[in-house]
Amino acid sequence: MLSIVDIDRGTPAVASDKQVTLEIDGRRIQVPEGTSVMRAAAQAGISIPKLCATDMLEAFGSCRLCLVEIEGRKGYPASCTTPVAEGMQVSTQTPKLADIRRGVMELYISDHPLDCLTCPANGHCELQDMAGVVGLREVRYGYDGANHVFAKDKQGEANPHFAAKDESNPYFTFDPSKCIVCSRCVRACDEVQGTFALTIQGRGFESKVSPSQANRFLDSECVSCGACVQACPTATLSEKSLIDKGQAEHSVVTTCAYCGVGCSFRAEMKGEEIVRMVPNKDGHANHGHSCVKGRFAIGYATHPDRIHTPMVRNKISDPWRIVSWEEAIAHVASEFKRLQATYGKFSIGGITSSRCTNEETYLVQKLVRAGFGNNNVDTCARVCHSPTGYGLKSTLGESAGTQDFDSIRHTDVVLVIGANPTDAHPVFGSQMKQRLRAGAKLIVIDPRRIDLVRTPHIQADYHLKLRPGTNVAMLDTLAHVIVTEGLVDEAFVTARCEPEAFAKWRDFVAQDKYSPEAMEAETGVPAAWVRGAARLYATGGNAAIYYGLGVTEHAQGSTAVMGIANLAMATGNIGREGVGVNPLRGQNNVQGSCDMGSFPHEFPGYRHVGDAKVRGSFEADWGVTLHDEPGLRIPNMFEAALDGSFKGLYIEGEDIAQSDPNTQHVTAALQAMECVVVQDLFLNETAKFAHVFLPGSSFLEKEGTFINAERRISRVREVMKPKARYADWEVTQLLANAMGYPMHYTHPSQIMDEIARLTPTFHSVSFAKLEQLGSIQWPCNDEHPQGTPVMHVGEFVRGKGRFMLTEYVPTSEKVNAEHPLILTTGRILSQYNVGAQTRRTANVMWHDEDRLEIHPHDAQERGIKEDDWVGIESRAGQTVLRARISERMQPGVVYTTFHFPGSGANVITTENSDWATNCPEYKVTAVQVTRVDQPSEWQKRYQVFSHQQQALLDAAETP
Amino acid sequence: MNIERLVAMVNDIARYFASEPDHATGVAGIADHLKRFWEPGMRRQIVAHLQEGGEGLDALAKLGVQRLAELDTK
Repeated sequence: MLSIVDIDRGTPAVASDKQVTLEIDGRRIQVPEGTSVMRAAAQAGISIPKLCATDMLEAFGSCRLCLVEIEGRKGYPASCTTPVAEGMQVSTQTPKLADIRRGVMELYISDHPLDCLTCPANGHCELQDMAGVVGLREVRYGYDGANHVFAKDKQGEANPHFAAKDESNPYFTFDPSKCIVCSRCVRACDEVQGTFALTIQGRGFESKVSPSQANRFLDSECVSCGACVQACPTATLSEKSLIDKGQAEHSVVTTCAYCGVGCSFRAEMKGEEIVRMVPNKDGHANHGHSCVKGRFAIGYATHPDRIHTPMVRNKISDPWRIVSWEEAIAHVASEFKRLQATYGKFSIGGITSSRCTNEETYLVQKLVRAGFGNNNVDTCARVCHSPTGYGLKSTLGESAGTQDFDSIRHTDVVLVIGANPTDAHPVFGSQMKQRLRAGAKLIVIDPRRIDLVRTPHIQADYHLKLRPGTNVAMLDTLAHVIVTEGLVDEAFVTARCEPEAFAKWRDFVAQDKYSPEAMEAETGVPAAWVRGAARLYATGGNAAIYYGLGVTEHAQGSTAVMGIANLAMATGNIGREGVGVNPLRGQNNVQGSCDMGSFPHEFPGYRHVGDAKVRGSFEADWGVTLHDEPGLRIPNMFEAALDGSFKGLYIEGEDIAQSDPNTQHVTAALQAMECVVVQDLFLNETAKFAHVFLPGSSFLEKEGTFINAERRISRVREVMKPKARYADWEVTQLLANAMGYPMHYTHPSQIMDEIARLTPTFHSVSFAKLEQLGSIQWPCNDEHPQGTPVMHVGEFVRGKGRFMLTEYVPTSEKVNAEHPLILTTGRILSQYNVGAQTRRTANVMWHDEDRLEIHPHDAQERGIKEDDWVGIESRAGQTVLRARISERMQPGVVYTTFHFPGSGANVITTENSDWATNCPEYKVTAVQVTRVDQPSEWQKRYQVFSHQQQALLDAAETP
Repeated sequence: MNIERLVAMVNDIARYFASEPDHATGVAGIADHLKRFWEPGMRRQIVAHLQEGGEGLDALAKLGVQRLAELDTK
């Protein structure tokens, strides 16, 4: 079912330079060439009856309801499949058409239940609407004949055409008795999502929708994106929440709080209760599509585990004490002041959140810089995309991706390295698949055979299955081929890049040691494939690179990002549509949290704290003197805590005890601090080590903005009041005031006004402008008043592009006799990050535990079978997971996800990190794997500790 | 802070700048990186460590820290 407010024009919009003029029902209208008669009519305000047409899908022409008469043409063409022509004269309402349409509807209704009053689609059913529109008054055929409606016939015999409701999917039902076989669900699965899980089985009256050859939905290949549910014109596919609650009465546009795609949604509401989330067709990032997380996994926001009251305790072994907001805030302020008085100004700090809004993130860094008087502020991008900031700033001049998502529509060669878009960025993954099915070439560089390598109607041209830890070797050897085979875009480089840096780089990558033949032993990838891929990237037309944490979370993460930028510059693939360097950000507001000055060395807009002019502008606005030296990064904070110099930490919406590497090191650091303050929805892993808990608000409970992977600023809107009284920005403001640094914002729009005032790339951004444009890609200022979809057009942000040297330095994390396998980590579609949100939804039906994927060869050598418990041991620690035997991995490499805290994936990961940014080397850990029959020592301790902490929470009392 | 960790971090930085063909530029690169990204307390600690002999620091890392010491005393 479509959104309650969407207008459906029947067929997709068409772009054309040529306009065509025609007449529909006597009204003249001009539309782009290629537009359907149906859409042209809709644009003129004329609705033509339809059932199988919807503007998210290509025209299909099966329902025969949208027939029209066209002057000079025979018969009654379907308006959805008939393109407009110059001078065409169309009639949409004639007695003959009325007669045909009524006849068609009569046939439909003769095989459809008449339980409209109790049907979930009631009030928003397209079939019901069409029956009304055509004036259907009787069904002459009766209901006694063959039908799909009744389980039994009048004699009590089973009806062979009837199929029972499939309720296997946790979020929607499939009721075949209500199906009109319009194929909208099948086409949505094919065209929009690209999974091809649905088909129409049988012919004629036998035709029926079938998930993966007559499976139940949950057992089929369906990824539960919900595109079919949205496309269904009847109640055949219905959200369970809609069945439970009935039709929504209003709708609010907001932005998803899961991954970096940043889908726009209409939250369809009954008062303060969400009936369903419907992706916004006008959403500039997602164009009406969504995934299983964004559309369905929102139950965490109202989960009973949420904590709604502030709590305080002296020691982490004490029970929590429920206190008023006033007391909690006063307590934190007094503790932080005490720590600063005792241990010095630099003994406390804060961590901002990529899950909070820009306005909230901005306030936390402002509190630290202006209120605490130091620069000890960092954000979780430290452990994901900090190398992107460093690498792209050094080469291109701006710490952000270069394109919008729609750019891929003009891409000829897609290069995906260290990213798994169909799992981690599913909606953009679908858009990428659309382009690949239309003929773009694909190069995948990944140690694991991700789904994209081979998926319906897509086969990667090259899958370079390199060894984990050899990205830089691979990028350098690709560059070697481009340089030595004369594939450099010399005109681009001469016009756009620093000549000396280029010359130095060219000589550097041309060295024999970087030839694919020489690098083969290092990367494990045959030289001929590398040469083929390099030639394709350099000469295949518009080439775009998409990358993720498989690039950044390495000891050479920043070097690899620079290597990627080098490739794009050398081949001229930057500065226009269809090309570019595109970091796929993990969390919803990673880009925004970085933009907002969350890093200890940078003010908002990526400007160094040592820059006196920039610092002066903040000092003038904030009315304080600011520190001019970088503060501690998150891993530095841990080290400083362990040596006794760092004592207090304010953590907004992060779970460092689960997400950061070397868990035992992190928890030791947390235990060494005297005042750990956690502001979150749940008692997360970090909160188990906290002294103060401040209840946070979900994205549904506040106003603000997020910035997605394409630099797109989108509004987050309050659809329900904060469950714990305050939105997160208000809590930070209370704390600032209590610390003696006054803040008096009454609405987040005022915070954005301040950001715009102080940040050149945001100068023209305001809530009013966002209201007007829907979303804005920064830079948005006097030069780019409407925002900037594609960056570095004509000139790089830093002026000339700078090639950087990218020497391959093998990681110190090497396999040996003791630890002969490499562990690498990743994500899965149904779960998100540390899982705090998705584990508290029915998404656990797809993934309820993290498994160790191991190649059959490695498994056999160790006597490991599917589902066996296996111990995974690194030099940092040991944990136990169940095995999944899989050929996705190459022999010698094992893989796991990290969505469940008890899995202890980060107990194994080490303190190794990117040389430039300290982003942890999550993707390479040398391990041994053995069959075991009990949990690891860490897991046993974790279980005991977690139970204790839960008991201390349950025992929380109001004094 | 744990000095071994700081030493390992400086060595990682030095290994990046080792490929710079102009030696002086490489040394300056290390010092500049430390100055821009390291909290002053960490800088003081690594400089003090160098002054005590710089155990564990690679040759180029030592030069970088030496240059940092000069930058920080300016």
